[in-house]
Amino acid sequence: MTGTRLYWRLVGISIRSQMQYKVSFILQSLGQMIVTGGEFLGIWALFDRFGTLQEWAFHEIAVLYGLANVAFSVADALTNGFDSAGYLIRKGEFDRVMVRPRSTVLLLLGYEFTVRRIGRFLQGAAILSYGLVVSSESGAPLGLVGTAATLLWAIVGAVALFVGIRIIQACVSFKTVQSIEVMNVFTYGGVYASGYPFTIYVRWFRMLFTYGVPLAAVTYYPALLLMGRLDPGGAVRWIGWVSPIAGVAFLMVSLVIWRFALRWYSSTGT
Amino acid sequence: MALIEVDSICKRYVRRARTTGRGAALRGLFVREKVVTDALSDVSFTIEAGELVGYIGPNGAGKSTTVKLLAGILTPDSGTCRINGLVPWEERREHVARIGVVFGQRTQLWWDLPVIESFDLLADIYRLDRTHYETTRDRLIDRLSIGPFLEQPVRQLSLGQRMRADLAASLLHRPRILFLDEPTIGLDAPGKLAIRDFVRTINAEEGVTVILTTHDMDDIEALSSRLMIINSGRIVADGAPSILTDELARNREVVVDVTPAHGGEARPPEGTLAAALERSRTRWSLEGGRFRFDVDPTVLSVPELIRLVGEQYTMRDISIETAPIEEVVRRIYARTDGGANAPTASS
Ligand SMILES: Nc1ncnc2c1ncn2[C@@H]1O[C@H](COP(=O)(O)OP(=O)(O)OP(=O)(O)O)[C@@H](O)[C@H]1O
Ligand SMILES: [Mg+2]
Repeated sequence: MTGTRLYWRLVGISIRSQMQYKVSFILQSLGQMIVTGGEFLGIWALFDRFGTLQEWAFHEIAVLYGLANVAFSVADALTNGFDSAGYLIRKGEFDRVMVRPRSTVLLLLGYEFTVRRIGRFLQGAAILSYGLVVSSESGAPLGLVGTAATLLWAIVGAVALFVGIRIIQACVSFKTVQSIEVMNVFTYGGVYASGYPFTIYVRWFRMLFTYGVPLAAVTYYPALLLMGRLDPGGAVRWIGWVSPIAGVAFLMVSLVIWRFALRWYSSTGT
Repeated sequence: MALIEVDSICKRYVRRARTTGRGAALRGLFVREKVVTDALSDVSFTIEAGELVGYIGPNGAGKSTTVKLLAGILTPDSGTCRINGLVPWEERREHVARIGVVFGQRTQLWWDLPVIESFDLLADIYRLDRTHYETTRDRLIDRLSIGPFLEQPVRQLSLGQRMRADLAASLLHRPRILFLDEPTIGLDAPGKLAIRDFVRTINAEEGVTVILTTHDMDDIEALSSRLMIINSGRIVADGAPSILTDELARNREVVVDVTPAHGGEARPPEGTLAAALERSRTRWSLEGGRFRFDVDPTVLSVPELIRLVGEQYTMRDISIETAPIEEVVRRIYARTDGGANAPTASS
């Protein structure tokens, strides 16, 4: 069986077992929607009070916020196996992954497809659509096909980036089995930060999320194209069509690190 | 070339623990002390195809660590290992496709899936040919009497059932080598017998090489043609179980009931007997007219001992025993316990 087919098979099994507890699934999805929805409500309240944020309009924030949340919810659903790596190691379940003649990455991706992330996904998608519609009404130049293609490419880059962060997070858990909440700065913190234009942040923060963890490359720059704006920081207009590649590159690097990190794995005593 | 060649393997675990002592709480926020455990120190052995090796040692000796290294789960700090010519931790995927592993403590199956579906999924994971797989599977189901609980999710199985399902799962891809880490742990007597029977059969009839760790001496006596004993991360004995008994448990326990020559309580040995006991360093006790000698026959032969006792006492009864395997193993553990892999702390 090819890797892809095995992946779908594992995903199927994981979804079926999540559906055994339907009520809990529905409640958790709704819960996610309410939490992330509340977050956006806060942003809205801010704009309602102050009108703009350093020249940025509400619908533009909606594009940024929606893009980051759609991408993160997808990555989050895909990578629960990596997110749970610390737990799997402590429970000794990672041994099971190691004794199978398959890629450890494939098996961890197949560990669970977390359906309840659909809460954040739907909420993010709704806000993104709102932002895009208002942007096009106020004269964004891309047209339907251009918008769709740019959006898709940005999402691919952003999902790749978030998956990469999760993989590196799992690598760290080989070294310290203790939970490593620090890494959430880059995932949850990253999504939250991408909800605002990067120009509002201080320099070191911008640098970290542009060159260290290239979050700006997969959200901010493509979002500028989608809303038909130029970067106040002076970046060339077309950068947003190229920059999502940084997310893919980040993922590649994280996979290389993963291969090395497997040597750090020290299993668990019983 | 032997099937399994292990050469000078060392494995050290480094764990970061909270510090203790003065100011520890505050320091613990920033520095974690390192706790180092040398789980394996310079371990070497070879195993030929078709062997059935019992691997024993006290808790924490390094058995599971060895199995995890051989199974490609862990990477050692130094040393080499080739199995089928492959280095387990370097060519992990090729290697694990050719071995079977069972950890008695923990299932390798999917907790929520019915047994049969776990098997089917494994067939996909191992890329097994459908018809071959079905033949193998059905034979294993039959041999291990798994039929009655095939449709039950693994989490609902009893320990004995789960162990049999795990054993079957480890053999679906027809590996030529099987690693069993405590496969009889927690099982009742019939459960243990079923596992032993099965392991003996696949070894004898199909020539599968088996390495089995256990704390159950009955497993060893029933199964192994070769015993490896590890203590504190070092192999301390390796050979046929009988050789071990001969060599390491050569001591005989000689019990002699005596009547003192002149009535009353038997007095302690004197003269030539006392000198012989002294010279051969034989431990002895005398209570209520019953002698117990723990004698090493290569230093003081049993007939000689009896003769000397006969010179001084009137003997009523004699019995001579060799130590049972548990006792042998206990002695080896005690004798070789250097505490070498006790955790040491450093910062
Ligand atoms: N993941 C780990 N991290 C740190 N130390 C470990 C780890 N696994 C094992 N150890 C330590 O290494 C030593 C060897 O452990 P191992 O599990 O190999 O022993 P064992 O012979 O299988 O013991 P048992 O009979 O109790 O199963 C022990 O001192 C143990 O505490
Ligand atoms: Mg063990």
